[in-house]
Amino acid sequence: MTETPQKDRGLLRIDVDECKGCGLCIEACPPKAIDMSEHLNHYGYRTAVYAGAGCTGCGICFMACPEPGAITVLRAVMATAGVVPAMNTGIEGAAHA
Amino acid sequence: MSSELVQDYTVVQGRAKSFYERFERKPELQHQTHFCPGCGHGIVHKMLARAIDELGIQDKTILVGPVGCSVFTYYYFDVGNVQAAHGRAPAVATAMKRSRPESIVIGYQGDGDLSAIGAAEILHAANRGENITVIFVNNAIYSMTGGQAAPTTLIGQKSTTTPEGRRSLTEGYPMHVSELLATLQGPVYIERVGLGDNKQIAQANRAVRRAVENQVKGLGFSLIEVLSTCPTIWKMSAVDAQHWVRDVMEQTFPLGVFCDRTKEARPRRELEAAPSLDRIPGLLGVADQELPEAAATLSEAVQAIDLHVRVAGFGGQGVLLLGEVLAEAGLDAGLEVSWLPSYGPEMRSGTSNCHVRLSSQTIDSPLVTSPGILVAMNEPSLRKFDKSVRPGGWVIYNGEEFPPDCVREDVRVLALPFTQVAHDLGDARACNMVMLGALLEIAKGLPQASIDAALGRLIKNTKWLALDERALTRGRELFRGSFPEV
Amino acid sequence: MRKQLMKGNEAIVKSAILAGCRAFYGYPITPASEITEAAAEYMPRAGGVFVQAESEVAAINMLYGGASAGVRCMTASSGPGISLMQEGVSYMAGAELPCVIADITRGGPGLGNIAAEQSDYHQVVKGGGHGNYRTIVLAPHSVQEMADLTALAFDLADRYRNPVVVLADGFIGQMMEPVEFSQSAVAPHLPDWAVAGTAASRGNLITSLFMDIDDLEAHNRNLEQKYRCAEQLEARAEEWQTDGAEIVLVGYGIVGRILKAVTAEARADGINAGVLRPITLYPFPKSSFQRVAERARVFVVVEMSNGQLIEDVRLALNGIRPVEFLGRAGGNVPSHEEVLGLVRDLARKLSQQSEPAIEQDEERLANV
Repeated sequence: MTETPQKDRGLLRIDVDECKGCGLCIEACPPKAIDMSEHLNHYGYRTAVYAGAGCTGCGICFMACPEPGAITVLRAVMATAGVVPAMNTGIEGAAHA
Repeated sequence: MSSELVQDYTVVQGRAKSFYERFERKPELQHQTHFCPGCGHGIVHKMLARAIDELGIQDKTILVGPVGCSVFTYYYFDVGNVQAAHGRAPAVATAMKRSRPESIVIGYQGDGDLSAIGAAEILHAANRGENITVIFVNNAIYSMTGGQAAPTTLIGQKSTTTPEGRRSLTEGYPMHVSELLATLQGPVYIERVGLGDNKQIAQANRAVRRAVENQVKGLGFSLIEVLSTCPTIWKMSAVDAQHWVRDVMEQTFPLGVFCDRTKEARPRRELEAAPSLDRIPGLLGVADQELPEAAATLSEAVQAIDLHVRVAGFGGQGVLLLGEVLAEAGLDAGLEVSWLPSYGPEMRSGTSNCHVRLSSQTIDSPLVTSPGILVAMNEPSLRKFDKSVRPGGWVIYNGEEFPPDCVREDVRVLALPFTQVAHDLGDARACNMVMLGALLEIAKGLPQASIDAALGRLIKNTKWLALDERALTRGRELFRGSFPEV
Repeated sequence: MRKQLMKGNEAIVKSAILAGCRAFYGYPITPASEITEAAAEYMPRAGGVFVQAESEVAAINMLYGGASAGVRCMTASSGPGISLMQEGVSYMAGAELPCVIADITRGGPGLGNIAAEQSDYHQVVKGGGHGNYRTIVLAPHSVQEMADLTALAFDLADRYRNPVVVLADGFIGQMMEPVEFSQSAVAPHLPDWAVAGTAASRGNLITSLFMDIDDLEAHNRNLEQKYRCAEQLEARAEEWQTDGAEIVLVGYGIVGRILKAVTAEARADGINAGVLRPITLYPFPKSSFQRVAERARVFVVVEMSNGQLIEDVRLALNGIRPVEFLGRAGGNVPSHEEVLGLVRDLARKLSQQSEPAIEQDEERLANV
């Protein structure tokens, strides 16, 4: 798991064991916040890694990824409002494309 | 947005509930799919799982998996799973939905599966408007078997079976399944979507959900064709494959909605409520209380009956009915009986014949190869069977002149213009019953009450019943007139 | 129970519904079409499903779906259609799905003709599809047996989770005889392995796919064990006047009826003849043959084919008794007279021979 506790609107968790390094999420990510790892995982794939900052939580990478659980997208819970911004279904997020 | 306001993070996109947490049916690497990196199947699987989650139908869902790369749908989907033969998922899904209308039945097929070997099954399931959902993944190639041409392969596209590229002259044209099925009246929703970029993927998501939702609402047949990627066989990177869908495949297979009758469609009628079990014998017409009771004891005359009858004539002369009345009367009288027709095209035109047995003993063979009584309703039928009549037997012949060369010393003949007799009675078609009347004089032991009962059961039209009764009586009279001594 | 005159093809459907069958998927073909027609009429009345499929391939795969959903289901066809169904039969045997298939045979090969032949024996009894599987095959010889064996077929299909074929010829299908039916209908029940679109059945899987070679071998072993069990428990035959019979006539379906008539006349002539009629063609009633062989001097197999059943008879007897053959094809029926003629010839020959040494044979029989 790579998880970078930045105070962005969104956050990505990428399971490097499930990721096969196809790169579709990197292509799909509107703010380009995903990179390809330099090193290989246990299975010999280079994997996607969160760049550590810039995630908006739009969820587009999740739907572009062919693996069921390689990517988990999180959204910030705001201290002021105490609520999560509206859940992104990946459909509205298409506006980024 | 001010980053200081962020207090915590919560998951908004993650593994669907409708996927197994761990793929335990998969022999190894149970934390990831068996698909190649970048394969479109994984993306489509996620769309489907998400639709199932969002519609709250996981317990009700039955997924019918195909043969091809996506054969292992049951590794992943935590729903009821059935794996179908190549191309047959629509037939399997049809039966499951028909018998379990409360379930949500989803067929998942590739382009080889659906558009080649299963072309008939998808066409007819769509045409019947089965209330099922079909996800059709089109990547223009047979992937699992190693890259052979599919009906959907593009013109010029190389495959292991089109090494120089597909040529329309020899391999025909890419098959437009969505357009083809949209010409039918059965489907309610058909849309082609793609995995070519974020926008296409978002639309595909909506379409998949809609196709499942249509079924939840009971609207009918929905099919979503997804232009999908096969980076491995296409020999492209996953990203290049995605672009190829958008830039190349879409030129041949335009995206869009090809059929949408969801507004007009009405929820389909479910199965009729099943009757209670005790009503079923009655509904089948086999309930004892509705059946006549056969004679319990056999009179000596009935006991003596042992008939081997062959009835022959042209189709339309009532050959089979004559035999049936005789058999039915025998059953009513408490005898063992059998009735065996000639069948097939010849019963619709040309010659027709039947074998009838009546006996107080168990009937061994229902085949009457050497009849004791031959009823020949025309000359060709006489000539076909006259030599088979057993010595001491009878021929009842419909014709004034019995052909001299058919005369046998060991067989008795009643030859009369029975058709004319019937005509004089009111309808030439009653000829068979006049001849039966004559026959019954030979088979004397059969009680008139049984014959009346048989006629009553088989002749529903009262006008015909009256005529047939007259015809039988006339036949008896004619026989007695010719053979007063018998 | 009261009897009524009914065609074999109609009796099958009524008996099926009484046995709890609630789905029929069929495709018309002479001489089986009346079954599909009767199902169209009666299945909906019983709250069941009827679909006329686009082909026999679709029909058998609809059975695959219906059976997967836990419904007792059925189809009917004849030789050419049964050929097309072999794909689905193999899949159903592989996925261990019960179903009942009526094969009302006609003439072959190819389009052949529509007259009755018994040339589907190999494709039905030996399993015409791919893989190590068997189908249980029941062969009625009367309309009453059409009804009774259809009901039995559903029970056997469920007990063994395997397709069961009711193999009848065009005569038995088209013939009318008095028949009586059970007056109590069997309640449809949902097997616990079915995929029925419910929470309880969500974890179930129907598949014939076993990617791992050891898994597939184990699956094959399980199937084999099941078939061995059926061989022990389900073989059925009618032994008709076989007590002390020297000439044993063997035939199934309509031929069995002819052989009974022949036997009656042969016995009237003083010839010691009897009939051994297999009712299950698979499992083959080997023990009946072995028992009857103790007294018999010759077996005569009579078929409406060029000789298919005879192979199983020879296997069952393992060479201890001579097996004669009389077969007609094309829709011709071995006539009473020609069978009787053969029986008389054999009786004459036997009267000129000494009795065979039975003791030596017993050991060979035990090894069959």
